[in-house]
Amino acid sequence: MLGLVQLSYLVASALFIFSLHWMNAPSTARKGVYAGVVGTTLAVAATWAEPTVGHHLWIIGAIALGFVVGIPLSMVPLTAVPQRTALSHAFGGVAAGLVGTAEFYLRIAENPGYLTPFRMTALIAEIILGYLTFTGSLMATGKLQEVKWVPQRPVTYPGQNVINVTLLAIAVGIAVGVARNPTAPWAAYVFPVIIALALIFGVLLIIPIGGADMPTVIAILNSYAGLSAVAMGFVLDSKLLITAGALDGSSGLILAVIMCKAMNRSFTNVLFGAFGQVQHAKAGGDEKVYKSETIEGAAQVLEQANLVVIIPGYGMAVAQAQHKVRELYDQLKKRGITVKFAIHPVAGRMPGHMNVLLAEADIPYTDLVEMDEINPDMAQVDVALVVGANDVVNPAARSDKSSPIYGMPIIDADKARSVFAIKRSKNPGFAGIDNELYFSDRTWMLFGDAKNVIGELVKQLAGGSGMH
Amino acid sequence: MTSDMWATLYVFVLASFIGLGVIRRVSRLLHTPLMSLTNAISAIAVVGAILITGGDYPLRIRILGAVALFASMTNIVSGFLITDRMLKMFKTDDRSTAVTAGKHS
Repeated sequence: MLGLVQLSYLVASALFIFSLHWMNAPSTARKGVYAGVVGTTLAVAATWAEPTVGHHLWIIGAIALGFVVGIPLSMVPLTAVPQRTALSHAFGGVAAGLVGTAEFYLRIAENPGYLTPFRMTALIAEIILGYLTFTGSLMATGKLQEVKWVPQRPVTYPGQNVINVTLLAIAVGIAVGVARNPTAPWAAYVFPVIIALALIFGVLLIIPIGGADMPTVIAILNSYAGLSAVAMGFVLDSKLLITAGALDGSSGLILAVIMCKAMNRSFTNVLFGAFGQVQHAKAGGDEKVYKSETIEGAAQVLEQANLVVIIPGYGMAVAQAQHKVRELYDQLKKRGITVKFAIHPVAGRMPGHMNVLLAEADIPYTDLVEMDEINPDMAQVDVALVVGANDVVNPAARSDKSSPIYGMPIIDADKARSVFAIKRSKNPGFAGIDNELYFSDRTWMLFGDAKNVIGELVKQLAGGSGMH
Repeated sequence: MTSDMWATLYVFVLASFIGLGVIRRVSRLLHTPLMSLTNAISAIAVVGAILITGGDYPLRIRILGAVALFASMTNIVSGFLITDRMLKMFKTDDRSTAVTAGKHS
């Protein structure tokens, strides 16, 4: 029996690796999901069949409740996927924290010898990571969902980092004490203090981080959630948990590194830098002027183009404009014009978000092009159409050393022969930075709601026949 | 440190390297579904929760287990479902329907 259980865990681990392997191309990716489902089902069934497992009604109840909450959570609109992801990190964190807590109290009462220094160290790591991921991810969820009582802009105060580090140091200090003497009578009483400190630390870690850094933060929290599962694996001696957690942890790490590179930031800078505050407006100086263009004019220019590159940003999704963008894509394609979408790694609110939003609008993924691939060709582009993007096309990132985004890789929209930028208002973008691109000689602004503007363009191209 | 613990550390190190190698090759198009997929996979922590919920333990311990079981199960269900939902949307061109598993488009 034991052999069979271990064998099913081994098969599940292998399936998880295959699952991620198949994610390397959209054509095999769905097979990856099935491999994951089979692996999980196998491992759950094997564990459930263990002779020590009883109280089946409890288990059925908790699983049923998981389905009741999980199914609606899987049907959220794609713009809400970042929140859902952050929330699932919170669930993963709290699960690890609770299992760690239960293990601790169970073992000190029944089997203190089990709590070797090695296991205790892992257990402490599990609860600290688990609980801080829980509250940190809830804060991230709140920020992304724009819940009222969660501040959107970074919250900073003097000595913030010192306070955070001190708090963590106290938690680790107590943890070392407990890890060395898990059976001491006081250990059971100070254990909740570690939990409380971890919960508070999670909140404090996220409040100074601004909206623009959320993609990185989600990836980092993903990594933490994975690592807490690894720690649980060490406590329970489960190689399956260690494998699955390590896969999750390394995935979060890689995504976080990609996000950091795409913003030219370091990890520590994201976590402790309090980015995204509004710049003080430069007093006086030249009054910069936008050139605006009419829908008719823009449509004419588009019709005569050979190569059009659309650069979408999160603003496109906010305006729910992706389906209109698809119609525009169709109109241009019909005329034999090549249309590509240039995707910046941080366009959207989590890694890869923009690709999913465009895929939902039935835009073939073969026309979605990465920033690094499209940039060398930007000079050949007849029209760059910027829809709801701002910082990712801001040339200040290349030229203006005083700009907070200096050094960030951008899509070189300004090198295109002409640029149309759709913008709802004249306010600065998500990161609160003004954009030079809009004042360039080659740029014409189309002010208005992205959905309406694109809709009008489509109508114009369709010959004003009222096509929707 | 017993040899068992060393074995678990080996598994961790090797699994991390496999993870880094495999994830690095994941298409950038699919980073959002990747995150929800790894989320569902790491919710395999559910096995720890099942052992605690189903064990012959004091009530308060089993309550902690049951809550953890619920949280992990939510991640498994919503993680796999939303990943599949997103992947279905990735199409090559107008005519082809969703790329089905195992079939080359």
